[in-house]
Amino acid sequence: MEKKNYTVSIYTENNLGLLSRIAAIFLKRHINIESITASPSEVTEVMRFTIIVEVTEDQIKKIIGQLEKQIEVIRAFYHTDEETIYQETALYKIKSDEFLDDHNIQDFIKETNARIVTVTKSFFVIEKTGKRSEVDQLYETLKPYGLMQFVRSGTIAVTKNEMPISGILEKFNTTNSI
Amino acid sequence: MEEVKTASFGKVTTKETTTVSGAEAVIKCLLEEGVDTIYGYPGGAIMPVYDELFKYQDKVHHVLTRHEQGATHAAQGYARVSGKVGVAVATSGPGATNLVTGIADAQIDSTPMVCITGQVGSHLLGSDAFQETDIVGISTPITKWNYQITKAEEIPEVMAKAFYIARSGRPGPVLIDITKDAQFASLEFSYKKCSGIRSYKPVPDLKMDEVENAAEVINNAKKPLIVFGQGVILGGAESLLKEVVEKAGIPAAWTILGLSALPTDHPLNVGMVGMHGNYAPNILTNECDVLIAIGMRFDDRVTGNLDHYAKQAKVIHFEIDPAEVNKNVKADYPVLGDVKETLQALLNLLKPNNHTEWHNRFKELYKKEYEKVISHNLDLSAPEIHMAEVIKEINNFSNGDAVIVSDVGQHQMKACRYGKFNKTRSNVTSGGLGTMGFALPAAIGAKMGAPERDVVAVIGDGGYQMTIQELGTIFQTKVPVKIVILNNGFLGMVRQWQQLFFDKRYASTEMVNPDFVTIAKGYHIKTNRVTERSELKDAVKEMMESDEAYFLEVKVEQEENVFPMIPTGAAVSDILLE
Repeated sequence: MEKKNYTVSIYTENNLGLLSRIAAIFLKRHINIESITASPSEVTEVMRFTIIVEVTEDQIKKIIGQLEKQIEVIRAFYHTDEETIYQETALYKIKSDEFLDDHNIQDFIKETNARIVTVTKSFFVIEKTGKRSEVDQLYETLKPYGLMQFVRSGTIAVTKNEMPISGILEKFNTTNSI
Repeated sequence: MEEVKTASFGKVTTKETTTVSGAEAVIKCLLEEGVDTIYGYPGGAIMPVYDELFKYQDKVHHVLTRHEQGATHAAQGYARVSGKVGVAVATSGPGATNLVTGIADAQIDSTPMVCITGQVGSHLLGSDAFQETDIVGISTPITKWNYQITKAEEIPEVMAKAFYIARSGRPGPVLIDITKDAQFASLEFSYKKCSGIRSYKPVPDLKMDEVENAAEVINNAKKPLIVFGQGVILGGAESLLKEVVEKAGIPAAWTILGLSALPTDHPLNVGMVGMHGNYAPNILTNECDVLIAIGMRFDDRVTGNLDHYAKQAKVIHFEIDPAEVNKNVKADYPVLGDVKETLQALLNLLKPNNHTEWHNRFKELYKKEYEKVISHNLDLSAPEIHMAEVIKEINNFSNGDAVIVSDVGQHQMKACRYGKFNKTRSNVTSGGLGTMGFALPAAIGAKMGAPERDVVAVIGDGGYQMTIQELGTIFQTKVPVKIVILNNGFLGMVRQWQQLFFDKRYASTEMVNPDFVTIAKGYHIKTNRVTERSELKDAVKEMMESDEAYFLEVKVEQEENVFPMIPTGAAVSDILLE
């Protein structure tokens, strides 16, 4: 079976230690996590992990099963790139003199819809949000000018179809209320 | 006792609370959960709890094992025979890390267990304090759930959750780590049993269409085979299994942990599947047209090479844990849910049947196994005693009513292959993890969990020495367990593999053993040693009739092998008889 990029969305309770429990599931199967982010979700007090892995569909199905088995995981979903709208953010720190000497850089920024976040005497910080390939492309473009620092976020994604977490929680509340 | 009035939704409710220490709250939680026996070992960070155990000693029987690993295995043995949650207690640091093997064992064998560990004071967390270890981090991959309590007021709710999680759905171990300051601090104690957690669905809903599809496939099957596992026992569905087997006339085989869910002398019980299982069910796994898996997880020791496992068969999988479906073997017809509900629903839809010809195939192949293997294992003219003879002798005196606790290795396979079981929850062994040293402490727990039953621990000379210190626990508690050491002077299973696959290079498998009888005598346990076949019967009789703990060493043939055998990487149908 062919390996693909999958976006795993995990809705969880906000509990200390859950991150290592989730990470251990991937580690045990020797699967490398390409990126991981944790954030609040659309439901109050429910956390959402977004994890990108490159695996086969058979593998990802088993991973989802193991994730959902965890007590504090409400639901886990997996999606292909085609089924999601996804973005990454990157920050590029560049020396000011380089930037001022070469007007090309300003053109790159405009062309790629990047944004200048901070300007000081000694450095500039540029921010770019987009797909991985766009972020990478800007990296290659800026590299010759001497990148002082570079950092890229994990992928965040929303899915085209629904992930009915509120419904699941409501159902629990109605069946378990006294 | 004080009364606290709380207003909620305009109504005044009265809730009784008592001010207690965190440590006392722990004991009160145990009592609320109906716990009367726990296993453990004291130490610095758990001392407040032990101080309360002293005060509550008439209500909670604390068994002092000689090592924390022994506490976990004893708790497991207790849980396995009684169906109740086993409880083990230890201090922080080494006390906690010594629990790890037992926790991993309980996780892979789905044994309900709650482990309580003391932890250094919360102000010291992360400072590498004396006996500080990150037991929550360490136990994360081997627990169903774990949690660190740093505030006394968390204790009732967390403990309630711990017991609920350990016993519900597919059971498993839970570890609760409690900082010493949380044990000392006081709280208003009130207890409410946990009845649900919103992110946790222990039992999938029964889907009638899944059961109907399965019933139709079974009703149309010509050569159906049932393979049942421990799920039947954990789900309390033993009598339903029997009814299903009898109504549809389907031969039923078991995994090592499924053993005793169906009496071993039931006419449709066709024996054990897997690496050292019986010949017929292994061969016929690759001939059946419908394979009905019930509460089992297709472990690699059961399936052999998956590429050649039951490929011709439609697979029906009755399972409570959705993650087990399609994990190893693709299920054509999964039936998710509580096996008690799904088997009941199935039973109503099954047509009475009688697969006589198909069943005869099992009988024919059994004859072959009998000639090639079993008759030799029970050959009373052989120069030395065989392990199987000893098991048969135990059967003769137990009539199949004893609990047999086995360790790991050759003797374990023999105990499971030759043990006679009439009652459920009678076979206690470390199946998934294969933990040598499991049996002696597990037998202590088993006897306490089923005091009215005979408990016989069958152990090899290797595994015995891994937890031999628990003889001290037996001596101190006077728990009347029967211990049989099958001494072949080797780590027999590894030696067998060395013989078969490593050209007889017996690397570190020969044991130079102490005088086991003298050691047991040192603990004032009744002892006997058998070296000749002629002494065996009387020795087993004396042991089985003893009201006290009893130690019996039997010198068995040194280089006996366990057959049949599916070599690693081979198909189940390529099982070897010699």
